[in-house]
Amino acid sequence: MSNIPSHLQYTESHEWVSSEDDGSARIGISDHAQQELGDLVYVELPAVGDELGQGDPCAVVESVKAASDIYAPVSGKVIAINEDLDADPAVINTEPYDGGWLFQLELSDKDELDGLKSAEVYAASLED
Amino acid sequence: MPQHTPLFDAHITSGARMVDFGGWEMPINYGSQIEEHHKVRQAAGMFDVSHMTVVDINGSQSRLFLCYLLANDVAKLKTPGRALYSCMLNEQGGIIDDLITYFLDESFFRMVVNAATHDKDMAWITSQARAFDVEVTERPELAMIAVQGPTARQAVLAQLPEADAATAAEMKPFNAGQYGDLFIARTGYTGEDGFEISLPADAASALWQQLLDAGVAPCGLGARDTLRLEAGMNLYGQDMDENVSPLESALGWTVALQDERAFVGKDALLEQKASGVKHKLVGLVLQDRGVLRPGQTIVTDFGEGITTSGSFSPTLQKAIAFARIPKAATDTCQVDIRGKLLDCSIVRPPFARNGAVCEGVL
Repeated sequence: MSNIPSHLQYTESHEWVSSEDDGSARIGISDHAQQELGDLVYVELPAVGDELGQGDPCAVVESVKAASDIYAPVSGKVIAINEDLDADPAVINTEPYDGGWLFQLELSDKDELDGLKSAEVYAASLED
Repeated sequence: MPQHTPLFDAHITSGARMVDFGGWEMPINYGSQIEEHHKVRQAAGMFDVSHMTVVDINGSQSRLFLCYLLANDVAKLKTPGRALYSCMLNEQGGIIDDLITYFLDESFFRMVVNAATHDKDMAWITSQARAFDVEVTERPELAMIAVQGPTARQAVLAQLPEADAATAAEMKPFNAGQYGDLFIARTGYTGEDGFEISLPADAASALWQQLLDAGVAPCGLGARDTLRLEAGMNLYGQDMDENVSPLESALGWTVALQDERAFVGKDALLEQKASGVKHKLVGLVLQDRGVLRPGQTIVTDFGEGITTSGSFSPTLQKAIAFARIPKAATDTCQVDIRGKLLDCSIVRPPFARNGAVCEGVL
């Protein structure tokens, strides 16, 4: 069974979104996604300053098995990326919700958060 | 309904992630594919390969038949127990499958062919066999466990009765023998020493459990793929198929063209050789960061090529691949990854064997 923290929001394509105190959003992939991918070996992140539209393919995570596109769950400007992943992408496997975060966005439309899935809804979608 | 091997329950108990492989539900990994890979390079791991097809050839013309059926020359098998790797070709020189043949006695040879090609292989073999005094018998009642790694043989020998262990310990690479219920071959698909063991299905779980208890790590198809790629071994259906010949698949060494022997596909190969082979299968090491995958476009000074297998290599800690490229290309090329051209060096596989990176690859 995969871990689905209740304080986060999720997308159909298995990204998670954490709403930070300063109004920005941190984004990563869910425990379920990292389990499906297997050992992560390479991550390609957007650049700080990139403007992302909701649903844009903006990063790639690659495991031994496969490459997988990451889509921006909400639109906004990239204000930080997780540079530690360069040296150790496997952190995504061990800490998908903590050390394995991918990038942080300054939101351009806070209302987009309302369209994301709650932990409960995401958990139910995995059981289908 | 997917097919299950006799070890299916054992995989579930060990926490395997199961995937469909040619109609079989097989373990892809038991947690970390990379850890499994390292375990085989450094100690011992085991793979359930019961989905593979064991075919026995019996009868007075067994050798004659195989000399005609296979591109490599079964006449090379002089001592009982010897094994030979070969391609089985169609009349156009295309590869129907690759396989291992074991010579047991003049009226008994055993072949192990791929699972995904089972139906067409059996149809081809039986149709070709009609002209010979041989009997072709599938052995679906046999399970198969590959135990691989520097300590693999030791782990297996410890499970055998003393007399069998003593004899099996003396067995040289690419040899096989029957030890009680176990058909043990010193062969593999990882670039490490080890055994491939065929045994009655109902005995498979017990041996698997004994090996687990002896510290042999269960390994899935994921690790099997990165191990064979590092070891420079082709995967049928990916690195070769019926549209390419062994000469375009880095398998020229497995084709015996020098002598008088007639075999299926020989004329086509001779013609291809005379008119010049246009492509070759090479190894690539990505010099930039990223991961090589099958189907990526390769750019050389002599035209384009394509990767056939590719992955992250746990031993090299770099991306590696096989690619089919124009014959004249050497040293370096570029790969198109998501629209970016990245540098690769062209090398001669294997990339890694016997626990270490091979010389000249990095």
